[in-house]
Amino acid sequence: MRNDRDAQRIWILRIGVLAMAVVFIIAGILRREYLEVFQKAVKICLECIGIG
Amino acid sequence: MSGMHRDRIRTKKRKKGRLSPRRIIQLLSAALFNGYGIGFRNGKLFTGRSKSFCVPVLNCYSCPGALGACPIGALQTALGGNRHVPFYVLGLMTLFGVVLGRLVCGFLCPFGLVQDLLYKIPVPKVRVPGRIDRAGKTLKYAVLAVAVILLPAFAVTKTGIADPYFCKYICPAGTLEGGLFHMMVNPALRALAGALFYWKVFVLAAIIFASMCISRPFCRYLCPLGAFYSLFNRFCFYRMYLDEAKCIGCKKCEQSCPMGVEVTKNINSPECIRCGKCKSVCPNQAISSGLH
Repeated sequence: MRNDRDAQRIWILRIGVLAMAVVFIIAGILRREYLEVFQKAVKICLECIGIG
Repeated sequence: MSGMHRDRIRTKKRKKGRLSPRRIIQLLSAALFNGYGIGFRNGKLFTGRSKSFCVPVLNCYSCPGALGACPIGALQTALGGNRHVPFYVLGLMTLFGVVLGRLVCGFLCPFGLVQDLLYKIPVPKVRVPGRIDRAGKTLKYAVLAVAVILLPAFAVTKTGIADPYFCKYICPAGTLEGGLFHMMVNPALRALAGALFYWKVFVLAAIIFASMCISRPFCRYLCPLGAFYSLFNRFCFYRMYLDEAKCIGCKKCEQSCPMGVEVTKNINSPECIRCGKCKSVCPNQAISSGLH
């Protein structure tokens, strides 16, 4: 009985978090945040390679 | 067939030197995330559309072979550059976390693979005392909170942009995958190398040395991405299961765990990287895993 309730809670939590992730991704795409990621990723990141 | 017999057969198979399915997936994943072979020849980065997508692992986007963006690097850039909530990067990281949890660390991360291979080098192994190990494991959450979120968000320079502090001062994957290669092939960058570069090489060397003696020290104590995914380990879709009716309490699972997880007490611990070693040594097949 208790295990069933725990399993149900886990399902609610994971579905809620999954839905939040999808909403965040859609919001990010609508705000064109992927372009910001792209612009950073196509140039050599001097900090990452230790130049600063 | 008795459990002991099955166990011996598995050990024999390993001795023949065949790659385990996990190792094959790790190698394929490292090749896939760094599949731009031309980059290694001409030293130029990939500039295709996939670079706007974050890969689930710590894989430096300045690696000449990288086909995607590093989520930790992208998160720091978004926090530091524009002062907005980085919905896109956080959404992708949360999606990977809630579906896979730290399976990403055990199966997909190229730097995890590097550490696994280094641990195979036959040098004396160190078992970190429990108290130090437990305290050390909290350090990665501090790295995530301070170096990845707080400093990039609030420690803004005169230019209005904050440094990606984790990438700049800590990340050994950036030094290994990007820094060393660019320094070798690009004389102009080599001329700019100073104290920061030598600091990063020192951090990388320390982690490499530690990885030979301790299993996955970077994943255990420092990785902010592992810290983020560990928040989902208890309820993500991919989970481990222990059949208590089958468990005989031999503790072989706990002795074999590379992350020091108390498998019989807390099988979905935030530290579990889902490598499956506990599953393969269990003489009674009490442990299973999967998407549920």
